[in-house]
Amino acid sequence: MRNILVGLAIASVAATSLAAQAPKTIAKPAALRTSDGKPDLQGVWTNATITPLERPQNIKDLVLTEEAAARMEKAVTDRRDRLNEPSDPNRTAPPQGGDGSTGAAGNVGGYNNFWLDPGERVAIVDGQRRSSLIIDPPDGRIPALTQEARTRQQARAKLAMGRGQYDHPEYRPLAERCLLSFGPTTPLVPNYFYNNNLQIVQTPDHVMILMEMVHDARVVRIGGTHLPKHIRPWMGDSIGHWEGDTLVVDTTNFPPQQNFRGASENLHVVERFRRADDKTINYRFTVDDPTTFTAPFTGEIPFRAMEELIYEYACHEGNYALGNVLSGARNEEKRLGSKQ
Amino acid sequence: MAAFRPVHTTRILRDIFIAFATAAVVATGFWMTSPVESQAARPARIAGKPNLNGIWQALNTANYDILSHQAKAALAFRPGPVVPVPAAPVLAFGAVGAVPAGNGIVEGDEIPYLPEAAKKQKENQANWLDRDPEIKCYLPGVPRANYMPMPFQILHSDKAVFIAYEYAGAVRNILLKDPGPAPVDSWMGQSVGAWEGDTFVVTVTGFNDQSWFDRAGNHHSDKLKVVERYTPQGPDHLWYEATIEDPTTFSKPWKMRFPLYRHINPDARLNQFKCVEFVEELMYGKLRKQPVQ
Repeated sequence: MRNILVGLAIASVAATSLAAQAPKTIAKPAALRTSDGKPDLQGVWTNATITPLERPQNIKDLVLTEEAAARMEKAVTDRRDRLNEPSDPNRTAPPQGGDGSTGAAGNVGGYNNFWLDPGERVAIVDGQRRSSLIIDPPDGRIPALTQEARTRQQARAKLAMGRGQYDHPEYRPLAERCLLSFGPTTPLVPNYFYNNNLQIVQTPDHVMILMEMVHDARVVRIGGTHLPKHIRPWMGDSIGHWEGDTLVVDTTNFPPQQNFRGASENLHVVERFRRADDKTINYRFTVDDPTTFTAPFTGEIPFRAMEELIYEYACHEGNYALGNVLSGARNEEKRLGSKQ
Repeated sequence: MAAFRPVHTTRILRDIFIAFATAAVVATGFWMTSPVESQAARPARIAGKPNLNGIWQALNTANYDILSHQAKAALAFRPGPVVPVPAAPVLAFGAVGAVPAGNGIVEGDEIPYLPEAAKKQKENQANWLDRDPEIKCYLPGVPRANYMPMPFQILHSDKAVFIAYEYAGAVRNILLKDPGPAPVDSWMGQSVGAWEGDTFVVTVTGFNDQSWFDRAGNHHSDKLKVVERYTPQGPDHLWYEATIEDPTTFSKPWKMRFPLYRHINPDARLNQFKCVEFVEELMYGKLRKQPVQ
């Protein structure tokens, strides 16, 4: 991530005017339609990208020059190649407390680069190379939190301070508990880590969106109304409709435990799926929660077609981590207790 | 309900009759509306093949035991002074924890286990509480997923067939082009589907050896191969047949067969049963800072 930011910083210096990057209009061939005449969104897709959700503070423009984007991508692939060099088999264990490295899973080097697949390309939407996924507000950043949300966050932080984060399984992150992916699930924002893959199957009545992690199928009902307010499925309750050639999906009823940037029960997400060409879906999302954000915000992500299949992500069945994290904490308490 | 206080039977019957008569007058419009009309129009065929779309469910007790069985007090027992009694961990469930009877779904009502495998089934059943993967909310495998006591949704288009199960949020993407042997074993296996006339035939391989067939300890190895046949019997029924092959567990292939029923209520939908969260106390409760007493 650090290198991506360095890349973006370089990109901002080189960024030129928007005028050179007029959006391209791409014809939609008839073959990209289902038998009932709707645009065909089906297939396996990836939303992996190196374009961050929010625009780095030092970049002004949404659109990057081709050169700037190429430099960013090169910085990422150079870093990948460097990290892919063989490990020194004679290296010693990291010192107690970690070696200060900033890799995935903490500073003892939890994952090496082989396991990661965060994406290597800048997001391109309508021919524009993007510096952030967020396009509105124009600064590409999530709007400020409301006073109510700040108060809520402070209360949460205070509560968390008074308890050990390893005391109970419920205190662990949803992904560590194998309840959901560690990235956002609705909207479909990449996690910048791995497995940013999804599959769409479409019938006249339903659109199913499968996220590789954690084999979560969100079945969107076409038409109809939302569930009663007390029914709050993971990933929310999604209903859809077609506006011309765009599938519009409206999601509410999120559970309180599922938090997107401070928003949960009142989170309202509107997603728009539009087939851009034979290899791309343009995905646009608007996030709104007046109890959390001072304004709604909108982002765009290209979904690129994949040739590969999605395999089973059986998280809970192989979850040694959660038990080990908790038993590690209990052992540590025993060790500290016996010292006193 | 106040009208149904204990009084003379004749009076109750009279009250019921009046209630029905009134209801019939008020609800004439309702009776005239055919339930079929109230569900969205559903094409009979998709790209020339029977439409498999819908929310389906088995109506049997095969998840307790795929073989015929009579009702019994519990799934787990301990020795009692006269007869075995429900094991302590399930005792509090009372009648709720009892097992309903079932006719079985296995052809010939017999599973051709090899001797070692037959022994293992008995051990599994005796150690059900510790061993059944369903207790830990693990993925159900195939065919068990299809007769869990929860519905599943088939999403069928001219390009894809996908099954989303309510239980544990299990999923299967039925590949319509054979990619060759599965590169890795999995709980739900690799499914490859093809039409034989109006029957959708799905060959499932690439299993691990972890899933079971039921709560009675019926099991398989990672050599399991399941050939499923989904044959529509009208718009709301499918005959499901599965041929089970596993030369390290069974002496010969065997078959199971049962109908699947489509949920025809207009507001039918697949709900969520993400049970991972529900088993945290069971699996990790002892590792809490202060375990719940």
